[in-house]
Amino acid sequence: MEETFDGDPSETATLEAYADTIVPGEKRWPGDRAIAGVSAGGGAVAAGAVELMRTDAGGLAPALPDLVRALNAHAEAYRDRLGLERDDSVPAFVALSGEHRVALVSELVAPGHPEKMLWVGMAIFSNMAFDVGAHLHTSEAMASGHPGLAALGYFQPDPDGLWRFPDFSYRRPLADHHPDTTPSGSPA
Amino acid sequence: MSAVESTDVLVIGSGFGGAIAAYHLAAGGARVEVLERGPWLSAEEFEHDFKFGTSSTRIFDFVIGEGMSLLGGNCVGGGSVVYFAAMPRAPRFVFDRQGGTGRRMWPAAISRDALEPWYDRVAEALPVTQMTWDDATYAGGLWGAACHAAGRTANPVPAAIDRELCTNCNWMMAGCRFDAKRSLLLNYLPAALAHGARIRPLHEVQQISRTEDGGYRVAYNVVHDVDYRVVVGSGSIEAKIVVLAAGTGATPVILQRSEAALGPMPYAVGRYFSGNGERLNTAILDEDKVGELLGLSRGGDRRYAANQIGKGPTVATWDHLDPARPEYERFCLEQLYFPPGLGTILAQVPDATGPTWFGAQKKEMVKRWQSWLTVFTMSEDDNEGVFGAPPPTGNAARFSQQMLGFGPLKYVPTPNTLRGWELSDAEARRILEKDGLARVMPWTNDVVGAYTVHPLSSCRIGDDPATSALDDRHELRGHPGIFVTDGSAVPGALLANPAFTIAALAERAIPGIVEAARARGVDVVYGAPAPDGGVSARGAALKAAARMSGH
Repeated sequence: MEETFDGDPSETATLEAYADTIVPGEKRWPGDRAIAGVSAGGGAVAAGAVELMRTDAGGLAPALPDLVRALNAHAEAYRDRLGLERDDSVPAFVALSGEHRVALVSELVAPGHPEKMLWVGMAIFSNMAFDVGAHLHTSEAMASGHPGLAALGYFQPDPDGLWRFPDFSYRRPLADHHPDTTPSGSPA
Repeated sequence: MSAVESTDVLVIGSGFGGAIAAYHLAAGGARVEVLERGPWLSAEEFEHDFKFGTSSTRIFDFVIGEGMSLLGGNCVGGGSVVYFAAMPRAPRFVFDRQGGTGRRMWPAAISRDALEPWYDRVAEALPVTQMTWDDATYAGGLWGAACHAAGRTANPVPAAIDRELCTNCNWMMAGCRFDAKRSLLLNYLPAALAHGARIRPLHEVQQISRTEDGGYRVAYNVVHDVDYRVVVGSGSIEAKIVVLAAGTGATPVILQRSEAALGPMPYAVGRYFSGNGERLNTAILDEDKVGELLGLSRGGDRRYAANQIGKGPTVATWDHLDPARPEYERFCLEQLYFPPGLGTILAQVPDATGPTWFGAQKKEMVKRWQSWLTVFTMSEDDNEGVFGAPPPTGNAARFSQQMLGFGPLKYVPTPNTLRGWELSDAEARRILEKDGLARVMPWTNDVVGAYTVHPLSSCRIGDDPATSALDDRHELRGHPGIFVTDGSAVPGALLANPAFTIAALAERAIPGIVEAARARGVDVVYGAPAPDGGVSARGAALKAAARMSGH
């Protein structure tokens, strides 16, 4: 359905590093630079954030090359401002430590930042990938152990892929009603 | 080929305001066309699926403005298809609110008593049912028990839900797969169709202009059925009467865009927007304390951990709906559910040492999601929202193929609004943090501004032409024959879920619209029964209609 592609490796690494700042996960291999490795278990990257960013449906895909360039430019400026060591072996944002990525992203999404909505948009896609796996059919995501839905403890559906909860209520009065309730159950 | 179509009544939008008008006017004998910009889905097409492109994004819009984001329906049936169907009547004192106007905001003709016959019509039509504690979900019961433990009252909230069919799946925002939710797809709309009304989905109105004979021409675009950013056709229809019910986020935008053709709009078009004073808090429950302090058990060692289970809001506390309190200090606190994604992103970490809404600590908080309880504030805001220049088409610059766009609304909360939020936040904390039951934090407004699932008042009724766009019959000032019947007509925040009041106001507006149509030569009468033929609420409505028209 939606077209996905691997893209340029430095673009992918930058997008992964951003998504990992929003919902962090564990490194995929020793020396994994894109993922900062500040949290156990899969994060936004393992959940498919970059795939989601690249879907046609999401609308973000055409802007990604510009966003990656802008993010790395912000990272260079941040690095120079703090006098951090330069590392040209990876994109500038990827070169930042997890702590510095958080600090920079916090600046970019802060109220008043002129590009705030761009970076908030990227954050929302990262969250949507982790929290619901919006690039996947949910029943398939559940079946394949999607890390975000698993972290939430999202309950398994019935065999037909639909959710039903026959047990849903404590089934007993738990508070006194407001004294001014009308006979139809509304506030007076 | 270029022959312009014509009809008696053109209805823009098929939510409560549009569907109710379409039904009564068609049943009364008028030719009715309904233009709906969203798709037309039915139960079997409502999916339990978060994937982009499934019903959860096809029928739902999230429009980001400056300081306020709007969430709403985008489909045949409008808000009723995506809503949670909580249907309390608005408290009596709401109708006496002044807002910032220094006078009663509502028209003199409308009070709670005056609206009761119209609420009753809607209650019969949908129908609306009184709920009991047996219907309250675990989340609702937990909220009720916490309120009780803190010395508050709490009520199960009336709802338009068929409890026999409901599976408590909590997928209401993607449409009800089981036809348990009494959306307009099950009553007014099929009845309108049976009386000859036509509904055209994926028809997005662009502009209204006047015809030489005093009627109106409505120009529309046809949008692509998957990628709503793409226009695949266009056309226009002429009508003697236009009922505009495109939703609070779209109605004023259509009028603003039409101003060049129609002439000056009332000042209040696109102003006085209210977000219904909405605000959310997320509590993270200590499961052991749910058992110890509240004595709740789901069986075995399970206490709560049931955030996912339910049917939206089921229990509210109305202790702060106190007419003796000053305006802006009254609010309702209602248990609510939001699916992950929309319901998780803005929740904040208690005691965060870094970012509050993203990062490692947020991920840890998300791992306790089943122990979350969402508490929903509806308070009195200051009608401070203003719509800027309209986008080229629709009501937003669409970003994604579906759902996500950027709209022209600007909202800077006043100290009054902020105070209401602060007071309700504090009350939510007092109730839920008592004895360490939970930790509570409000959702952040720093990411997409404030947000509302109940946008109101952007084209409101009133008696004062300076602060209202519509007269008390819902007719647009200076533009006879255009009526507005959606949430935009509501004067201000309702301190309750507004669908029932929006629908009651639409029912109340119908006799006046029928009269206007008759004056324009349309052979139509008022007095249809409820969509299923029921007549128990009709008599009182007919009497009220006669009083309104002076007969």
